[in-house]
Amino acid sequence: MNESKRRFIKRSAGLLTSGLVVGGARRVAAGEPPEIPPSMKVPGAGMGEYGSPAKYESKVTRTFIRSQPGTTGSGASRAPLESLEGMITPSGLHFERHHSGVPDIDPAQHRLLIHGMVKRPLVFTLDALLRYPMISRIHFLECSGNSQLLYQPAPPNLTAGQTHGLVSCSEWTGVPLRVLLEEAGVDRSAPWILAEGADSAAMSRSIPMAKAMDDAILALFQNGERLRPENGYPVRLFLPGWEGNMSVKWLRRLKVVPAPIMTKDETSRYSDLQADGKSLMFTYPMEVKSVITRPSHGMTLSGPGLHQIAGIAWSGNGSIKKVEVSTDGGRSWVEAPLAAPVLPRALTRFRLPWRWDGAAAVLKSRAIDDAGAVQPEREKFIAEHGNNALFHFNGIQAWSVAASGEVKHVYA
Amino acid sequence: MSTRDFAALPLALIIGGCVGAGATAGTPEGPNLGREATPAQIAGWDISVGPDGVGLPPGKGTAAAGAVVYEQKCQACHGARGAGQPNDRLVGGLGTLASKTPVKTIGSYWPYATTVFDYVRRAMPYIQPQSLTDDEVYALTAYLLNLNGIIGDGDEMNAQTLPKVKMPNQANFIVVYPPRAK
Repeated sequence: MNESKRRFIKRSAGLLTSGLVVGGARRVAAGEPPEIPPSMKVPGAGMGEYGSPAKYESKVTRTFIRSQPGTTGSGASRAPLESLEGMITPSGLHFERHHSGVPDIDPAQHRLLIHGMVKRPLVFTLDALLRYPMISRIHFLECSGNSQLLYQPAPPNLTAGQTHGLVSCSEWTGVPLRVLLEEAGVDRSAPWILAEGADSAAMSRSIPMAKAMDDAILALFQNGERLRPENGYPVRLFLPGWEGNMSVKWLRRLKVVPAPIMTKDETSRYSDLQADGKSLMFTYPMEVKSVITRPSHGMTLSGPGLHQIAGIAWSGNGSIKKVEVSTDGGRSWVEAPLAAPVLPRALTRFRLPWRWDGAAAVLKSRAIDDAGAVQPEREKFIAEHGNNALFHFNGIQAWSVAASGEVKHVYA
Repeated sequence: MSTRDFAALPLALIIGGCVGAGATAGTPEGPNLGREATPAQIAGWDISVGPDGVGLPPGKGTAAAGAVVYEQKCQACHGARGAGQPNDRLVGGLGTLASKTPVKTIGSYWPYATTVFDYVRRAMPYIQPQSLTDDEVYALTAYLLNLNGIIGDGDEMNAQTLPKVKMPNQANFIVVYPPRAK
């Protein structure tokens, strides 16, 4: 038995206060024994070129899709976290945030230009990029506006995906940016790189050279296949752990520069207004955070007895070291087992068995990363940052469970 | 961890031939397939403008000229005289940032005037970006700065004057990267 399993059983034993689970009333359905199910009586469907989810899962979609007035593509959609398990987000459910819609880019026509403070400005085709040595990394991507509605004074009447679904996790494969910068003869003393997309917002951010030379990836593949259009096809920048919009999609240009360009999306947007009227600028890493995805707002527990609490935790500053769960609103905490693998800057799944006694409860999760950062209570976070920062909310999420089993978003 | 991983790209594992043999430039870690970009290619693509004014093109404009362009191409989304609705408000809001209901506009919030030029030229109007002439972008920039009371009615914006414009909220931005050592 491995260590995590031992821990799991030990922790579970601590939470299980009574004996074995008692089976509920049996539902009678077609296909139940002794009936032979219909699927065994006719041959099944044929093979397909590109698979889709089961038709019975058609309600599992991106959610809370919102655009700027008068546009269809300037906005965001969220991953339905409450319907997902494990650590990987299916590519088709990965959240979206576009500043002017999803461009249609023919890879044969696309070019990447590297210029500025380099010895040799260079242009790359996609065919060329595909010949470079590649690496694969599993990392989360989180929009810095994720959980923004929790800045509001009243708890939003929304699901886990609707409030926290601007985070997703994929395996990203591509070329280390450092290799291409070195090919161009980058001036390593230059402190910044302007990254620009080929969308109609020409989305642009200034990236510190240190990050570019450390773990930045020119991503070409997501979860084994070429990037989806909404995730930057045919090539995007990927900056592990940092706020999502810096990982510029549809990347077409990198300019090595002596100082930040101060683009709209690093000054007027994606800066964090504090209660005293000052603003924090260049708040790059996404702080340690977690959310219980099951049970969560909109669900109803089917009755007292054993339930599984499951959720995700992540930190832009490293690996998740520990997740603690409370069922009494934060008075007491129990460590939840983490599902392997626990990777730096990746979603980490935690699961904990919970014997619900049928009384009202308040569920919370609290993540701690290997840098020692602890996810703060919402109240403490708001006291420090005010209600208007818009970005980088990482306070603790609370769900109330009523005696009826109904689960709702609360501030507690 | 990440740095070590990248440093560990397996030069030693390349099979067949001598690494970098015959290469005159570039990196031993890749096939060196970048083609040298010409000055004309770079000039055509380099649209970014820094706060020091580097990247600003020739051209000029005033608030009066900008008002004409604004009414034709911007007002439908941003309201008369930048008042907002259906999309972002661009004018006013000074003194509201520390209140419960801050109004973030170019005048009350944006720290650099060059960002107005950079952003309008690259991304506006929303339905027809990169369609404005440089003179139109200078004129719109002048108009929006003038509506916010930051420059005078007759002030011309060009590559020399725009970087000199001081935005009222600039001192209220706190740069947090690189993080201070703990």
